[in-house]
Amino acid sequence: MPKRVIVVGGGLAGLAATIRIAERGIPVDLFSVVPVKRSHSVCAQGGINAAKNLKGEGDHPDIHTNDTLFGGEFLADQPLVQGMCRDAPAIIDLLDRMGVPFNRTAEGNLDFRRFGGTLYNRTAFCGATTGQQLMYALDEQVRRFETLGLVEKYEHWEFLSLVLDNGPKTRGITAMNIWDRSIEVFKANAVILCTGGPGLVFGKSTNSTINTGAAAARAYQQGVWYANGEFIQVHPTPIPGADKLRLISESVRGEGGRIWVPKNKDEKRAPQDIPDSDRDYFLERKYPRYGNLVPRDVATREIFNICVVDGRGIGGKNIVYLDVTPERSGQPADVLERKLGGVFEIYRKFKGDDPLKVPMQIFPGMHYSMGGLWAGYEDKGDMIVQMTNIPGTFAAGEVDFQYHGANRLGANSLLSCIWGGLESGERSVQWIQSDTAEADSDVYGSELKRQVEFAEKIEKLDGDENAFKIHDELGEWMTNYCSVVRKNDKLDELSAKINELEERFHRINLSDTTRSANKTFGFVRALWDMIQLARPIVKGARIRDESRGAHYKDGFDLQKPESDKIGEASDHQGYRDLCAEIAEKWGANFELPEKKGDISPEFQEYMDKWVEKERRWNKTTIAEYKPGTDGPELSFRDVAMTVVPPRPRIYK
Amino acid sequence: MPEKITVKIKRQDGPGREPYWQTFEVPYQPNMNVISVLMEIRANPVTADGKKTTPPSWDDACLEEVCGSCSMRVNGVARQSCSALVDQLAQPIVLEPFSKFPVIRDLMIDRSSMFEALKRVKAWNPLDGTYDLGPGPRVDPETQDDMYKYAECMTCGCCLEACPQVNENSPFIGAAAIGQTYLYNQQPIGKALMDERLEAHMGPGGVGDCGNAQNCVRVCPKDIPLTTAIAALGRQLTWYSIKSFFLR
Ligand SMILES: Cc1cc2nc3c(=O)[nH]c(=O)nc-3n(C[C@H](O)[C@H](O)[C@H](O)COP(=O)(O)OP(=O)(O)OC[C@H]3O[C@@H](n4cnc5c(N)ncnc54)[C@H](O)[C@@H]3O)c2cc1C
Ligand code: SF4
Repeated sequence: MPKRVIVVGGGLAGLAATIRIAERGIPVDLFSVVPVKRSHSVCAQGGINAAKNLKGEGDHPDIHTNDTLFGGEFLADQPLVQGMCRDAPAIIDLLDRMGVPFNRTAEGNLDFRRFGGTLYNRTAFCGATTGQQLMYALDEQVRRFETLGLVEKYEHWEFLSLVLDNGPKTRGITAMNIWDRSIEVFKANAVILCTGGPGLVFGKSTNSTINTGAAAARAYQQGVWYANGEFIQVHPTPIPGADKLRLISESVRGEGGRIWVPKNKDEKRAPQDIPDSDRDYFLERKYPRYGNLVPRDVATREIFNICVVDGRGIGGKNIVYLDVTPERSGQPADVLERKLGGVFEIYRKFKGDDPLKVPMQIFPGMHYSMGGLWAGYEDKGDMIVQMTNIPGTFAAGEVDFQYHGANRLGANSLLSCIWGGLESGERSVQWIQSDTAEADSDVYGSELKRQVEFAEKIEKLDGDENAFKIHDELGEWMTNYCSVVRKNDKLDELSAKINELEERFHRINLSDTTRSANKTFGFVRALWDMIQLARPIVKGARIRDESRGAHYKDGFDLQKPESDKIGEASDHQGYRDLCAEIAEKWGANFELPEKKGDISPEFQEYMDKWVEKERRWNKTTIAEYKPGTDGPELSFRDVAMTVVPPRPRIYK
Repeated sequence: MPEKITVKIKRQDGPGREPYWQTFEVPYQPNMNVISVLMEIRANPVTADGKKTTPPSWDDACLEEVCGSCSMRVNGVARQSCSALVDQLAQPIVLEPFSKFPVIRDLMIDRSSMFEALKRVKAWNPLDGTYDLGPGPRVDPETQDDMYKYAECMTCGCCLEACPQVNENSPFIGAAAIGQTYLYNQQPIGKALMDERLEAHMGPGGVGDCGNAQNCVRVCPKDIPLTTAIAALGRQLTWYSIKSFFLR
């Protein structure tokens, strides 16, 4: 049989991988639970980053790298981030050639907007449906390869497990046909998992309903490491809803949208009647330089604090205003409509108000997982980018843990999906050339048997528990205790709760045992895996006794000194020592500014603590599944630092 | 405020099975959409007359009306059920699967024919490769704006469901693929395949089979100017037939 690659997932990452492999003449089998064109990536509204510097601001891929690393609090492997940011302009060109209808300037060049965590206009966009437009362009390229016989699609098929030999080496997958529940084995020399994020582990999120995280959980239960699971991005501005949290893109703030609450807690006037003098634009007040465009974790926590801690949410509820009316954003209505029409449509359709006339009402919600399958940067030996710890199994897109460190900057995900996808495609092609050994044939049979038996077990569930109720509880607990603010005692309770939910899982009543397109069966099958995936997320959060990026732990936050008294980190000797150590370890050549002089005692103290914290915690969390225990085994790996030394993350 | 919502669902246990109707009642909550009603039923699958049944199956994904998954007939109208708000619907709310596609189960249908149609019209740019070949051609904002309208098509199938020309006895390709043909014929790079695309529209099933009922534009959730595309493609085709006649 000629060598083949299996790509699981047809979002941006999966499609990019597929295109690259097919382009190299290698046949690809592409699996997806929905027709790939309906993958979650279509939800992305705001845009995709690349330092093309078309606005003459002096932007550069190296500044993009630096912003990404800084925004992610230096938890990302730097050579990979650098590679991604350097290739970003060429990726935009590629998408442009594919026919993505990017917004244009009067001269016909690509237009760029500003997103959070940077001071540059670096985000290319297509109205407010960028993800959809990128998806469709890639989808059509994949269709072209289908007609050339290089791609075979398995849509409405759900990945169940990897087929591994004793090496262990990857030999294929098992998958279930959603339309008739049959389970089959598919052979391949490499498998790339591009299965997206785990939104449903948090119950309601901004993600699509197909984003269960089950595929990642399945690979994890087979031995693939799950890394940095505790880093979950809570987006500052979704609209709360009964069935999901609908995202209002960061691009609204990029186009001048402003977040505020009334200064008076008991304000009774309609928001549009409240003058600026009675509004507290709290982000602008606290962060005069970045204003409403501070990174997401910062914005989220400020909103959370205003509502939950200060009790200043609108009408006492967990809601704040996001005002993008022409008067407040400084842009005419028609311009706003052209740039943000897609976002406004969502608000009008699902909320019934017009954001051009009335400020929107928003509150933070679970949005993105920085963590995911370890797809690593090897510090010793050969570097196989995007390959997991199981030879021949790759991961790319939101399901991998790379690129964003402790916090993702807006519009960097679509980029990392495409870059990681192309890269994983390339590496898988190289990998299968070297993979000469034949698999012993019984590994297929035994994996199939395992899956069929598991399905039978689920079929026989006829207790008194409701699977949807268990899922609601999981989501509620994860959202309450493992999202914006974490506390150790609550995380312990949450761990116990997860054990309880797992125990109750065995007493579920599967209300439907039919075969044909039985969605309940699929949900219950995935619920098991959601429960399993909650564990590395919670345990990572429990162990990590610090605050970093999206992971904020109560009582473990370094109080940042007042900004005007800061002084320079490079004047702190401990910091210089740390940088020298890192430089030596990674063979890097960091240039620190000359020491200028003494620093204030307050800053000295802060830096002492900061250096200690970096030494202990600036490490990738690796969760390894341990069957028969109630949690993974955690270990820590050094982060590859070859580009810039870490520095305290203080936004002004 | 009503206390409960009454929903009638046309059910079908599998491909080729006989359809049947069931009625459900769900407690009213403000701001509900059809999907959240279905989710309530799924969690407690008991009919209005108290009989336990299987949960209805349906497709959904984004719940923001950008993926096209959850299309069905809601009170007789082809649309996405996620953006169908209960407060705006007459009751009982009647849910049916699309009638122009094979039913997989209940409200789930098989729309693979629409993706096949996109293959037939080669709705893509012929690229040399994914390596760095520099920027694409410049495009003025008006052209971009016009292309963007068509690029929003999510292959949801509403236009086909509403079209009298799309039926079991007709090979008509439908408005969605016509929109995409028109889109890629405008693409500075996609233009290269214009003749092949027009060739695909010659003969049975092509744009010429449009009966001008104009239902497609009325139901398209993305307000895609489909009739403009149909007319424009018709003209391109006429021009192409004349050209090929003289070149023969
Ligand atoms: C509302 C919203 C707006 C966003 N906006 C932006 C933005 O403006 N800019 C930005 O950079 N990022 C944005 N993001 C983030 C970004 O959209 C996602 O991170 C990205 O699209 C993920 O792409 P992916 O290819 O990894 O996965 P997905 O697009 O989620 O695709 C996953 C694929 O895997 C398949 N799959 C899953 N499980 C299985 C299984 N078990 N078996 C078979 N197939 C399976 C699915 O069918 C699907 O094809 C946004 C996210 C959300 C939620
Ligand atoms: S043209 Fe409109 S109605 Fe037809 S498939 Fe596309 S989005 Fe749906």
